[in-house]
Amino acid sequence: MSTDQLHELASREYQAGFVTDIDSETVPPGLSEDVIRLISSKKGEPEWMLEWRLSAYRHWLQMKEPAWPNVHYPKIDYQAISYYAAPKSSKDAPKSLDEVDPKLLETYEKLGIPLREREKLAGIAVDAVFDSVSVATTFKDKLKEVGVIFCSFSEAVKEHPDLVRKYLGTVVPVSDNFFAALNSAVFTDGSFCYVPKGVRCPMELSTYFRINAANTGQFERTLIVAEEGAYVSYLEGCTAPMRDENQLHAAVVELVALDDAQIKYSTVQNWYPGDKDGKGGIYNFVTKRGKCFARAKISWTQVETGSAITWKYPSCILQGDDSVGEFYSVALTANRQQADTGTKMIHVGKNTKSTIVSKGISAGHGQNTYRGLVRIGKGASGARNYSQCDSLLLGDKCGAHTFPYIDVQNSTARMEHEASTSKIGEDQIFYFQQRGISAEEAVNMIVNGFCKEVFKELPMEFAVEAQKLLGVSLEGSVG
Amino acid sequence: MTMLEVRDLHANVQGREILKGLTLTVNPGEVHAIMGPNGSGKSTLAHVLAGRPGYEVTQGQVIYQGRDLLTLSPEERAREGVFLAFQYPIEVPGVSNVYFLKAAANAIRKHRGLPELDAMDFLALCKEKAALVELPEELTRRAVNEGFSGGEKKRNEIFQMAVLDPALAVLDETDSGLDIDALRIVASGVNKLRSPQRAMILVTHYQRLLDYIVPDFVHVLADGRIVTSGGKELAQELEAKGYAWLEKEPAPAASR
Repeated sequence: MSTDQLHELASREYQAGFVTDIDSETVPPGLSEDVIRLISSKKGEPEWMLEWRLSAYRHWLQMKEPAWPNVHYPKIDYQAISYYAAPKSSKDAPKSLDEVDPKLLETYEKLGIPLREREKLAGIAVDAVFDSVSVATTFKDKLKEVGVIFCSFSEAVKEHPDLVRKYLGTVVPVSDNFFAALNSAVFTDGSFCYVPKGVRCPMELSTYFRINAANTGQFERTLIVAEEGAYVSYLEGCTAPMRDENQLHAAVVELVALDDAQIKYSTVQNWYPGDKDGKGGIYNFVTKRGKCFARAKISWTQVETGSAITWKYPSCILQGDDSVGEFYSVALTANRQQADTGTKMIHVGKNTKSTIVSKGISAGHGQNTYRGLVRIGKGASGARNYSQCDSLLLGDKCGAHTFPYIDVQNSTARMEHEASTSKIGEDQIFYFQQRGISAEEAVNMIVNGFCKEVFKELPMEFAVEAQKLLGVSLEGSVG
Repeated sequence: MTMLEVRDLHANVQGREILKGLTLTVNPGEVHAIMGPNGSGKSTLAHVLAGRPGYEVTQGQVIYQGRDLLTLSPEERAREGVFLAFQYPIEVPGVSNVYFLKAAANAIRKHRGLPELDAMDFLALCKEKAALVELPEELTRRAVNEGFSGGEKKRNEIFQMAVLDPALAVLDETDSGLDIDALRIVASGVNKLRSPQRAMILVTHYQRLLDYIVPDFVHVLADGRIVTSGGKELAQELEAKGYAWLEKEPAPAASR
């Protein structure tokens, strides 16, 4: 395969770009205490929630946007962003899918997320988020039977205020970092999940995110609590329509795994990455963190193919003894995409164990950075970490960077770190072609081979989707 | 029908003319050996036939089974039955040998309008063909050529050839880097794949390979042209005299 062909493949464009024509009720751009009060009152929140937001806002005012990530973008004007948008139909919230705006359903269809079929076929409860307000929540009754609460964040604030108050901000405090503080101040909705003691959630829980209204910040808030011995697997997936202006996305996800609990959190992320020159595209500045108590386990699996800029470090605080943290990641950057992603494993308890498997794929002019921190605290005797960071390059204009920080304060710790960088060469592609396999298929096979350790961590139906998504993304990414 | 007809082929690599008017006819069932000193254009011929990017044909024609081969993409050539056993087989980490070969076999079958093989049938086929070149089954499950010894890589090429069942096989320096035992195994595999329907072109520097795979025709390539052709005894003559005597003479066989 010639360089020209590679270039041609490299410059294909995003295939999920479209805009749904729905009037949004949008708050004028700008951020102030008044705007936060407005958001809070529109959502009918209790006083404590407003106070929490305001305290986050006051922290945020004192904070500086981080400059350390290995990504470059024009300065964001936070006063030019509108902090609230809701589809009009949200006022009289739909009771069933029949009441959902058909245009929304159409949008999901285009994305290949037929809710009805999904309900029946996959047995997945879908808490679909369109812009900032949930429009459809399913399977609630079945979950209710076993005591699992799965609902929109707004609903949780109203219906389960004690639970939200008890856990919100315990993993990611309001003052944690610039973007988390911003999210805490202005978040509009998201998902809440609570699995009571000893319950194994009977189905995979899933949320599809979508950005639609132009120039609207998207600030999701997710809180998942697994009580003692509980188990839940949570799937998050998203894609976004084509847009000209950059859109800021600053989500916060908090996971709490109490003693002996397990949380498996899987993400397939496909936000609009911008066009081939990097115009448009989502800025994805996300704070994801989980806290493990004794013998608990949190497993993050992510497949990141979208966004113009990704800044994201799903992390685990291994607080309790014998707790386990895992991070499996595939991050693909093509065209002008930039990703600075990785994880933090903070070992506090004794005999804690963490595993990191990171696969970075760079194509086009994409820049892919792995940034990880493994910290073994003084008291974390017998802690173990295994890290593996592999980079795959397609073409000669992209870049892969690795910043693995290791901080060990306990001499009994065992650390392993492996890293590799490889390149899909024209020789390899020709070898496939000479055996009858097209160049595109060759790249798919090589990339899927490269990622299989991560894919196998995904729930079956999600793994298939991820593989497909990678294929679609790669059609525009070889170069 | 003629398997392959190469007429007055000129080809450049990186702007330098390597093939300078090569003419060659190959019929089904025949085994042709292309010999010649280093730099004479043997491997270039193999790569031009396979359609490798960077090998530019500037003049001449290649007719394969009645079709203009040069207009086909590399994968179309492969699906039409042209197979190249690489001199330096490529390593492909993360992609297992069987998975790779199954994708290849099914791409070829699909092209020929045949149903795709399922995993069970394919594994049975692999097992049978792996035995031809004594390729340990374990190697079929490993990533393509990754960590294979030189000999294992060459055996893997012949194994792939056996599975893909090409009409025209071009073996580029298949003997290079092989010890005598490995050479014997590879050659015996190749011999078992000889058939009245299949043609083979063996590109080799040494006569040694031809002790094991006896060709029907031997051609000597020098400076981008076939300078002399003959039967298998020509190889022995070359072994005795070397290539130097050919280069000194004008090219009497070039017009043949």
